[in-house]
Amino acid sequence: MNIVFRLAWRNLWRHPRRTWLTTGAMVFSNILLVFMISLQFGMYGLMIDNALQIFTGHVQVQAVGYKDEQKMRQVVPDIASLANAIREKLHSETVAARGRAFVLASSEDRSFGIAVYGVQPEFEAQVSNIPGLISTGRYLDSNSAAEIVVGSVLARNLRVQVGDELTLLGSGVDGSFAAGVVEIVGIFASGVNDIDRNIAEIPLGLFQDTFFMEGSGHEIVIVGDGLASVPRIQSEVQSLLPGDADLVVLNWDQLQPGLKQAIQADMSSSFFMYFVLVILVSFSVLNTQLMSVLERTREFGIVMALGLKPSRLGRLVLLETALMGLIGTVLGVIAGGIVTSWFTTNGLAFPGMDEMAARFNLPARMYPDVNIFSLFAGPSVVFLFTILAALYPALRLRWQNPVAAMRVA
Amino acid sequence: MRLTPVLFRLAWRNLWRNHRRTIIMLGAVGVGVWAMIFMTALTRGMVDQMVIDSIGVLPGHVQMHHPDFQDDPSISNRIPFQEAELQERFAGAGFKAWASRVRVPAVISSERESRGVTLLGVDPDAERDISFFDYDAVDGRYLTDASDQGIVIGKKLAETLETGIGKRVVLMSQDPDNDIADRGFRVIGLYAATTKSVEESYAYIGKSTAQQMLNIGDETTEVVFLGDDYRDIEGTYKAVSSVVDASVSVLRWHEIDTYLGTMMRVMDGFVLIWVVVIFMALSFGLVNTLVMAVFERVREIGLMLALGMKPGSILGQILIESMLLLTLGLAAGNALAWATVVPLEDGIDISIVAEGMEMWGASSMLYPKLYASDMILATGVVLLLGFLASLAPAWRASRYKPVEAITKV
Repeated sequence: MNIVFRLAWRNLWRHPRRTWLTTGAMVFSNILLVFMISLQFGMYGLMIDNALQIFTGHVQVQAVGYKDEQKMRQVVPDIASLANAIREKLHSETVAARGRAFVLASSEDRSFGIAVYGVQPEFEAQVSNIPGLISTGRYLDSNSAAEIVVGSVLARNLRVQVGDELTLLGSGVDGSFAAGVVEIVGIFASGVNDIDRNIAEIPLGLFQDTFFMEGSGHEIVIVGDGLASVPRIQSEVQSLLPGDADLVVLNWDQLQPGLKQAIQADMSSSFFMYFVLVILVSFSVLNTQLMSVLERTREFGIVMALGLKPSRLGRLVLLETALMGLIGTVLGVIAGGIVTSWFTTNGLAFPGMDEMAARFNLPARMYPDVNIFSLFAGPSVVFLFTILAALYPALRLRWQNPVAAMRVA
Repeated sequence: MRLTPVLFRLAWRNLWRNHRRTIIMLGAVGVGVWAMIFMTALTRGMVDQMVIDSIGVLPGHVQMHHPDFQDDPSISNRIPFQEAELQERFAGAGFKAWASRVRVPAVISSERESRGVTLLGVDPDAERDISFFDYDAVDGRYLTDASDQGIVIGKKLAETLETGIGKRVVLMSQDPDNDIADRGFRVIGLYAATTKSVEESYAYIGKSTAQQMLNIGDETTEVVFLGDDYRDIEGTYKAVSSVVDASVSVLRWHEIDTYLGTMMRVMDGFVLIWVVVIFMALSFGLVNTLVMAVFERVREIGLMLALGMKPGSILGQILIESMLLLTLGLAAGNALAWATVVPLEDGIDISIVAEGMEMWGASSMLYPKLYASDMILATGVVLLLGFLASLAPAWRASRYKPVEAITKV
């Protein structure tokens, strides 16, 4: 074994308790970092998936301006055949057309303003969770029947059950008065209050008749093979659009900009916390290494007087630190991995968290996502800062005068 | 007893024998405490702003409704008191401010578009004392009295409806017999709110006008009461509860907006966890410093014991040294936190992630809030846990055998 390495290793264990305490600080931070980063990635992934699965999809085709203004007349003309063309081009069934209108829905005793969607019953289940979340009754099954499915909260507010009738009052695409009577065939419960309270779905054909859409609709929803497939889908769909039409292809980030930003806001506050932790560990290391150098001043003076270059001593100190850092990293990653894996199978719950989670369509229990990145990102930064912290004790040896050093009491 | 000043002096001098180590440790404690308080101030600021925004839209720290209104916010669930009866019960009861309102779901239509909104029939004279609503910030004008014939809507809603000041809109809701109640209004004012969803959701008309339109005489659906501070509403809650019976339900704001209530509780928990985690990261360094300090002084401690100093005094001396170190670090950290938070109290603009913050329910300005209670919490936790962490090294020091300690090389 290399002599410098051996020296460094032995120096490290001159004060075992001190070395273990300093390593302990690293291990503690590393466990915390591995756990928190894994938890965040698990949460973000779920947040995006759940938010998009329920309704939005990965990519949508809309009329220019519809996303922000959501006006009835900003339509995608001949929407069913465009959706078909996209299905063929992508060789995928996960494409569905929708229309949307705001109406006053009245039951026998109650009236509420809601958003009613015209959907293609045979394709909607491919792009949205709602058809699978029917709690009573059934989902729509024909493209033109006078049927409706409503959210569970809405059903309760309207005091209706499956089999009752609802009257829809609103305006058609030309601004004229539009009305229809539909029978409730199903009630869905997504668990997201806003959706269960405000949304109802009717067949697209019926929607187009009721609101005088003349074959048009408002959005084509496309679900791809995970987020990575989004750019490809976007460009393929773009190439299908007729050049003269006022249509845009929007991805999930454009459709729900809040999602990415909520993640960014959460990330930046977490990074502040991680950074503070890392800084505190560096202080610990700086303290230990400075002490260990200072108490060896005489010894260093002697070896320097014997001709050893200060730069070699500096490297020795850095090597000691690196060894210590390595122990901290290895133990931290192992312990962090074990702790986090336990939560990966058992989940983590925190009182009150279920309600906050529901706001982002998340389950009440969080499952961290352990991967190479979450396992090593935090510990590597800690290791890096450990080395940085040792730079001052290592470099100050360069200005050490051997004679003065040997005289230190 | 007269030993105590001596111990203090010894501890203080010992602290500065190795000034480098002490300064590094002070730096670590200072940064740690700063991070504890700074992060807490940001969190508090965010939650406070959320609460203020939310209460600002629908002011009232305590609200009174029909028992079924929360579940079924329909015109059928009115407060079973006439206006005169309300006056009689509440006018002399010494509330800071109170007002009754009509609040029902409705559909608003322009000649182009329709949307669902929450319709608020308010008496501007009574609300003036309650509302955080900035009447002067309204484009056009706000309602002048309870029988004002105009309507005030949010800017975002006006954009969607393609309407504006002076134009007409139609409101549709239901009366107690479930007949459609509708009426045309002229838009007289547009308000801006901190979040777009608020601007889209609430439309204000005169209370008497609303009662007329909905055909409910002079009955209302909610009465709101304002206390001095949203954190301390129990007094108001009890005062209201004591003058009404079970025919109405009285709720605190955090029971109405449970998300906010939960958010506040979760944040309280988060603050404590954060403080403890930072302390644990610090504690390794603290214990390390003490272990080193004791180690360097083994012979001297042995001598003191041999000269007749009680082990308890050795223990006290080390503990005092540790507490002095922590107190200095705490002072530095608190001062640093104060110095960094106060200049930021005018607000930090985080509008790059505005839509994300809106998902969390927060606005795009962050106003850090320094609470004395949080500073005391951080200080208390550090002193208490610091004391506990110092016990072990101090105990060991006091248990040395004098002879062995003196002869230790």
